[in-house]
Amino acid sequence: MLHIPLWKRIVILGLCALGLLSALPNLFYARVERHNDAVVAAERAGFETPEQAADRALWPGWLPSGIVNLGLDLRGGAHLLAEVQVADVYKARMDALWPEMRRALSEARGETGGIRRAPSDPAELRIQIEKPEAMAKAVEIAGGLATNVVSLTGVGQKDLAITAEGNTLIVRLSDAEKAATDDRTMQQSLEIIRRRVDEVGTREPTIQRQGADRILIQVPGIGSAEELKSLIGTTAQLTFQAVVGRGTDANAIAKPGQEILPSLDEKGVYYTLEDAPVVTGEELTDARPDFDQNGRPAVSFRFNPTGARKFGDYTAANVGQLFAIVLDNEVISAPRINQHIPGGSGIITGNFTVESSTQLAVLLRAGALPAKMNFLEERTIGPELGQDSIDAGRLSSVIASAAVVVYMIASYGLFGVFASIAVMVNVVLILAVMSMMGATLTLPGIAGIVLTVGTAVDANVIIYERIREELRRGKRVVKAIDDGFSEAMSAIIDANVTTFIAAAVMFFLGSGPVKGFAVTLTIGLVTSVFTAIFLTRLLIVFWVEWRKPRELIL
Amino acid sequence: MAFRLKLVPDETHIDFFRWQWLTFGISALAMVASVLFVLVLGLNFGIDFKGGTSIRTESPNAFKVGDYRDALSALDLGDVSITEVFDPSFGTTRHVAMIRIGSTDATGSVTPEELTRIEAALKTADPEVSFAAVESVGPKVSGELIKTAFYAVGAATFGIMVYIWLRFEWQFALGAVISLLHDVLLTVGIFSLFQLKFDLTTIAALLTTLGYSVNDTVVVFDRLRENLIKFKTMPLIDVMNLTVNETLSRTLMTAVTTALALGAMLIFGGDVIRGFVFAMLWGVFVGCYSTVYVAKNIVLWLGVKRDWGKKDDGSAGTRFAAGP
Repeated sequence: MLHIPLWKRIVILGLCALGLLSALPNLFYARVERHNDAVVAAERAGFETPEQAADRALWPGWLPSGIVNLGLDLRGGAHLLAEVQVADVYKARMDALWPEMRRALSEARGETGGIRRAPSDPAELRIQIEKPEAMAKAVEIAGGLATNVVSLTGVGQKDLAITAEGNTLIVRLSDAEKAATDDRTMQQSLEIIRRRVDEVGTREPTIQRQGADRILIQVPGIGSAEELKSLIGTTAQLTFQAVVGRGTDANAIAKPGQEILPSLDEKGVYYTLEDAPVVTGEELTDARPDFDQNGRPAVSFRFNPTGARKFGDYTAANVGQLFAIVLDNEVISAPRINQHIPGGSGIITGNFTVESSTQLAVLLRAGALPAKMNFLEERTIGPELGQDSIDAGRLSSVIASAAVVVYMIASYGLFGVFASIAVMVNVVLILAVMSMMGATLTLPGIAGIVLTVGTAVDANVIIYERIREELRRGKRVVKAIDDGFSEAMSAIIDANVTTFIAAAVMFFLGSGPVKGFAVTLTIGLVTSVFTAIFLTRLLIVFWVEWRKPRELIL
Repeated sequence: MAFRLKLVPDETHIDFFRWQWLTFGISALAMVASVLFVLVLGLNFGIDFKGGTSIRTESPNAFKVGDYRDALSALDLGDVSITEVFDPSFGTTRHVAMIRIGSTDATGSVTPEELTRIEAALKTADPEVSFAAVESVGPKVSGELIKTAFYAVGAATFGIMVYIWLRFEWQFALGAVISLLHDVLLTVGIFSLFQLKFDLTTIAALLTTLGYSVNDTVVVFDRLRENLIKFKTMPLIDVMNLTVNETLSRTLMTAVTTALALGAMLIFGGDVIRGFVFAMLWGVFVGCYSTVYVAKNIVLWLGVKRDWGKKDDGSAGTRFAAGP
């Protein structure tokens, strides 16, 4: 009756051992963290400094090195919730469209008469036409400037919605184009912020899009949210510079008026560039993924009038030369000038895939944030406060566990010891699962673990109380234990499913610390069912097989 | 015989329905009182729900709240509240205050300049003061957070109700949900009565309480169903008394272990988490009470079918019974 097949025993004990091993790095948190940082840094740089090698040696590579992430409330750092004013971009598009529109319409001046831009909502372009009878013609001309929307959902739709109202021609972005534009704006904002935050090199920043127009930024270890805000607000430096040479020596001496910069994509390649940029990113108005005349992925870009003139003059004089596009002192690409590029727009071809051309377009636009950001929520937690919380959390976990263990043993004797072992293994398993998932531990999360210590024994209590009853009815020991387990099962499952529902709701609707709490609670539920049912049962079976008890006092 | 700590004797025959009008009356009264507290006293919403800025200051020097208030009054910050925070771990060398400033502009964020001015002003009162944490939430987000909190409590209650309805009968589901409502109201009520800070973590505690309370209720219901099948002719009220007596030991055991764990956290967990832990501890207490005195009373009044196991319904109770 009380029989557990060997393979099951091995699986149960194996899982516990695996959990112990996976949770082990958390005991040596600081060492493992330095080890992990060194490994990541070396991987990124492609080589390893002696300090990194020393840090890496702090923890043997063959042991698991996953550790739980500490949330901002434990580590200290800054949290920002930014709202991107996506509509800002519509205005920029309309302003950029106006000169083009004016030129196109003025070619048909004979029919439409004089045209002028009327005041309007920033997101639209209102053009008054002298001769309203030529409106159809004007709409046709304006329509000629519309292009197809470049997005998955907007295929086959035009980017401009053109309507006429009396003598006024109204141009705005079509809904499909607005959606595509919003999406691009968000991607660019995310990319810019990510680059900005990576610049300070803090560990594991969280930069996430939330909903349609929000970005959540969490940076551990940064002094304050104010600091983070000013960092994100800083514009990236984008420049177009003349290339003098290309080499692989990082330490080559640059002549006066020249500088040596590494290539972003090609490892170990360095460009020698003229110091003074020909054009800067401030004069770039747009860059987007495109295709060249052969249908290969490329990036098209456009300058404002002054940028366009400088760019045009330079390209005319330097056909055949390399021209470097530099972002934050890294050469993104250095295309060859194939011909004079007038008109302020151009196309960068090269070894692109659709993804890489999209990314380059994003990077090119990363020079400036595409739209203003409002900060809706900002939190700064000092590192000392976080450390205090960790200490308090640790102390109270230990005391809570000790109290529960003493109480369980006082109530159930040997079986209380089994339950206590199960609870301890449960805590270890929670940490192990969190480490493997890379989940984030928050202060409420610690409370969740402590709570789990209290409630995890519940399953044991249900089982033991049941066994007591069965014994009282005069059943034999083995039979009583067996029945106790199987009769208690449905109550245990029901009880845990209901708690799981609450935890799931918290996970999907909560944020930050609350989400962290939901995660620990959920993991705790699963592991506690495992330890209470499988592990305790196994321990009891071992005991029964060893002692073959005739009677049991529970 | 080995020593065993037992809170409850092996066999109890307590008539839990003897005082049912009294206990139920107390519950109903407490629920009404909670609603009144919230209506009259309101809730002490944290910045999560109200918007504004909260600053946690730390200083090695003892300070008077009045001095801080005087220092800040010149800045024209609008609605400012200052409270001193106490914790046994602080000793005499750490003095912590929470300063809350109402929303000053549309985005709700305190500008960096304002923050610098606040710090400078406080430095005049206490040169060694420093900011341990600064948090700002704009009115837009706080409005959404309140809405989300409502949805969360509603969704959790609904989910639990549906589950119990599927596993048991609608009477049980209704009984469980009313006892959940009882727990939620009483928790919100006590937060209002003592004007404890009510923020996002309180909602998390509330949801956990829901899970815990229903956990308790479900264990009793599970046994009730089993006894209903076993004792087909016994009056419902007696079956219920038997059930509660049988599960009483477990109910108290689990309440005590949970209270032990949370009690340790309440005392040693630090002041940051105290409100959260208090809400859970209170929830455990209320949940325990409502299991015994609210949930099953509702089921008793609604009545319940007695022919369990006749049709395929019998499988409902044994669906998970095939253990390892």
